Amino acid sequence: MSEYKKPIPKVNEMTKGHWDGCKNHELRIQRCSCCETYCHPPQPMCAKCNSTAMEWHPVEGKGTVYSYIICRNTSVGEFPARGFTYPYATVMIELDGVEGVRIASNLVDCELEDIKIGMPVSVVFEKINDDITLPKFRPL
Amino acid sequence: MKQMRDKCAIAGIGQTEYLVNSGRDSFSLALEAITNAVEDAGINVKDIDGILKYSVDSSSSVEMIAANLGLPNVTYWGETFFGGGSGCSAVTQAVMAVASGMANCVVVYRSFTPYDFMQGAVHNSTTLWARASGSGDFLRPFGWTAMMDVFSMMTQRHMHEYGTTNAQLGAIAVAARKHAAMNPNAIRRDPLTLEDYYDSPFTTEPLRELDSAISPCDGAAAVIVTSAERARDLKQTPAYIRACAQVLGIPKTTLWWEQLPFKFDFPETQSAYVAPRLFEMADMTPQDIDVAQIYDCYTYTLLTQLEDYGFCKKGEGGAFVENGRIELGGELPVNTHGGHLSEAYIHGFNHIVEGVRQVRGTSTAQVQDAETVLVTGGVPAPTAALILRK
Repeated sequence: MSEYKKPIPKVNEMTKGHWDGCKNHELRIQRCSCCETYCHPPQPMCAKCNSTAMEWHPVEGKGTVYSYIICRNTSVGEFPARGFTYPYATVMIELDGVEGVRIASNLVDCELEDIKIGMPVSVVFEKINDDITLPKFRPL
Repeated sequence: MKQMRDKCAIAGIGQTEYLVNSGRDSFSLALEAITNAVEDAGINVKDIDGILKYSVDSSSSVEMIAANLGLPNVTYWGETFFGGGSGCSAVTQAVMAVASGMANCVVVYRSFTPYDFMQGAVHNSTTLWARASGSGDFLRPFGWTAMMDVFSMMTQRHMHEYGTTNAQLGAIAVAARKHAAMNPNAIRRDPLTLEDYYDSPFTTEPLRELDSAISPCDGAAAVIVTSAERARDLKQTPAYIRACAQVLGIPKTTLWWEQLPFKFDFPETQSAYVAPRLFEMADMTPQDIDVAQIYDCYTYTLLTQLEDYGFCKKGEGGAFVENGRIELGGELPVNTHGGHLSEAYIHGFNHIVEGVRQVRGTSTAQVQDAETVLVTGGVPAPTAALILRK
């Protein structure tokens, strides 16, 4: 695993529930336990009802591609994406049944030319090391 | 807000040369732009009693500016963050200071060097919080690393929903270059055709290198805000601040950079919330605007704001920019200095300076009989806008 060069998430108190879920192959999104509004990325207070009773809620992990980009070269004035080989695609997934939540990810088993907005996808889990597993998505 | 309408004016403008890799530091650039603005206004530098800094950056604190200018009596100061959304917000604070009597003569400035910006971008409170909260860890492991990625994601979705084309984005780049070619201060002045634009490589598809602001570059710009009465007695034609408005935080979009990608949505950029406040304060409509200086960190940023400020319907920005409509001589000339795409990337402050030039009639791409100018800040971010008038 030492050859993995891409950025690896640092787990903290606010994000631990998400990354623990991934490790157990369960996609969890933060939800307010008072008004059941979802929130991603996690924050300490529900922006709708201002409760601080936030919990981790497992979701099915199905969704659609909301938008995507194909990174072909280093952006003007910025550094290259660490560990990535250009070209690669980053996608924004709109999750089914989880209103207002989109998560960034990559697609697996999908050529760059085949990516389309609206295509249905389902979560798969990619183990990076003993602590971190990343949620990726595969076209259905 | 109507009580502030036309109460203040921009009486002086100043800037430095705009350069690439000049090695100059942002503090000396700031002092140069400010002293140029003071000279332009024909005031004594010691008359300045208010300082507003527009950032994000890591240097040129208002204290050090006051110390170097030798100001004896600064009664109002402040800093607006969120570069590049808040350049017009900094001017708005100056209007509030002058209109309320807290200060009489306020200098507002933005000084930009890539090093300074990066230091500030990394160390400001919002970024530090985002890092501590782990928000960035939901992006970077998936290769989402650059500012351009956010805008490309939005562009792709805009293309999907509304049929916006690369040719339409290219028309924005071509228009900016036409105006820059007339402006000796612009960094990029070589002629640019749509074919040249198509030859520009994709960096983050669907956006190309030529969809992007000039980065890195170095430079500073400053304006002097004072009361309308006082401005009338000074050297220059006053650019009256007809209206100013700002918005932070609306449903569905969000406040800090690390969270933007998760919640962008149509049609709601913050500009769509600034626009009604702005036009109401001005008692004007978009049809009353003669020329617009619209924030253009990317071509797409300009396109979406044409929609949000009501020059066309949501989704029609692509069609709007075709056929020279935003070029000099067109229905709504936009970014007559060349904008971020071709003049320089000063976080929108060069747009404010150019807005004043249009009111004075001294732009290098002067719109004939221009009387009203819209100037906007970037989105998606806490943003602001001004309407300047003769």
